[in-house]
Amino acid sequence: MKFLRLSLVLIVVFVVAQLAVAQGNKQHVPASSIPAADLIQPADFAAALQSGTAKPLMLQVGSRVLFAQAHITGSEFAGPANQPAGIDALKARVAALPKDSAIVLYCGCCPWERCPNIAAAYNLLKAEGFTNVKALYIADNFGNDWVNKGFPTEKGH
Amino acid sequence: MKTSISRTILLAAALLLAAAPELRAQSTSKAVAKPAAGRIAPDFTRQTLDGKPIRLASYKGKVVLLNFWATWCGPCLTEIPRFNTWQTKYAPQGLQILGVSMDDDSAPVQKAARKLQFTYPVVMGDEKLGEQYGGVLGLPISYLIGPDGKIIDRLQGETNLDSLEKHITTLLASQKH
Repeated sequence: MKFLRLSLVLIVVFVVAQLAVAQGNKQHVPASSIPAADLIQPADFAAALQSGTAKPLMLQVGSRVLFAQAHITGSEFAGPANQPAGIDALKARVAALPKDSAIVLYCGCCPWERCPNIAAAYNLLKAEGFTNVKALYIADNFGNDWVNKGFPTEKGH
Repeated sequence: MKTSISRTILLAAALLLAAAPELRAQSTSKAVAKPAAGRIAPDFTRQTLDGKPIRLASYKGKVVLLNFWATWCGPCLTEIPRFNTWQTKYAPQGLQILGVSMDDDSAPVQKAARKLQFTYPVVMGDEKLGEQYGGVLGLPISYLIGPDGKIIDRLQGETNLDSLEKHITTLLASQKH
């Protein structure tokens, strides 16, 4: 009887612990955790894109609906990095790249501090050993800080 | 024997309940012209999460708060409980709130809806609907629409909900006269 009771308690503790870990993985990682040296301002990035120099790999790590409405010309949809599917897609996209590849990540779904994707994506690439990763600093949202400024934009999937 | 099993079940339930609040606390081209104040809000027909068709224009005669949101948008989730309250409180005076989820698919929205207990209809949006509204390129965005179907205000980002409520109640009061 004691054994049964102990087993039940242990099972519950195990389930709760697993749930806590799962929830913990979904915790918001604040964009402010990205070092300032790895941020790039929209105006500077737009100027760099128009200068004719080699373009970095540009990955949008927000929602597909947002990407379909507007995205930086030449950028790719990688998927929302706050979700396991998005993380998997991002990992797969960069898997074959040299670790010193120039990569710029951006989202713009929400105000910078509330963005659930950008820091998660940045941290993943750093953890994967990428050394030349920048995050586009979108203070407010992609509409206000990129599209409405007249920076290079296209739409579609 | 029975007592012992009951105690074990109670202990297990207590452990789950004790952990629950903690778990809940963690669970969290070119620019297209945006429809401006004074213009008729672009009409659309969509199905609600429970499959009923909703047409925006059918709300003519009411003050409408059209709220674009998503499950991954923290500020949006902060607003929704207040909107739920307003829908219940001000519906008799002519307020209608309509939520448009800009999530990529409906599964997380259905799940969130069970938790958020919407008191107003919610439909799924997409890029076409976003473009009708000049691009929903960042959330939350809400449109306040008058009884004549014309846009009164466009609110983007974290809104001052007290001010918005005041604005809505003023509009509702002016409808009576």
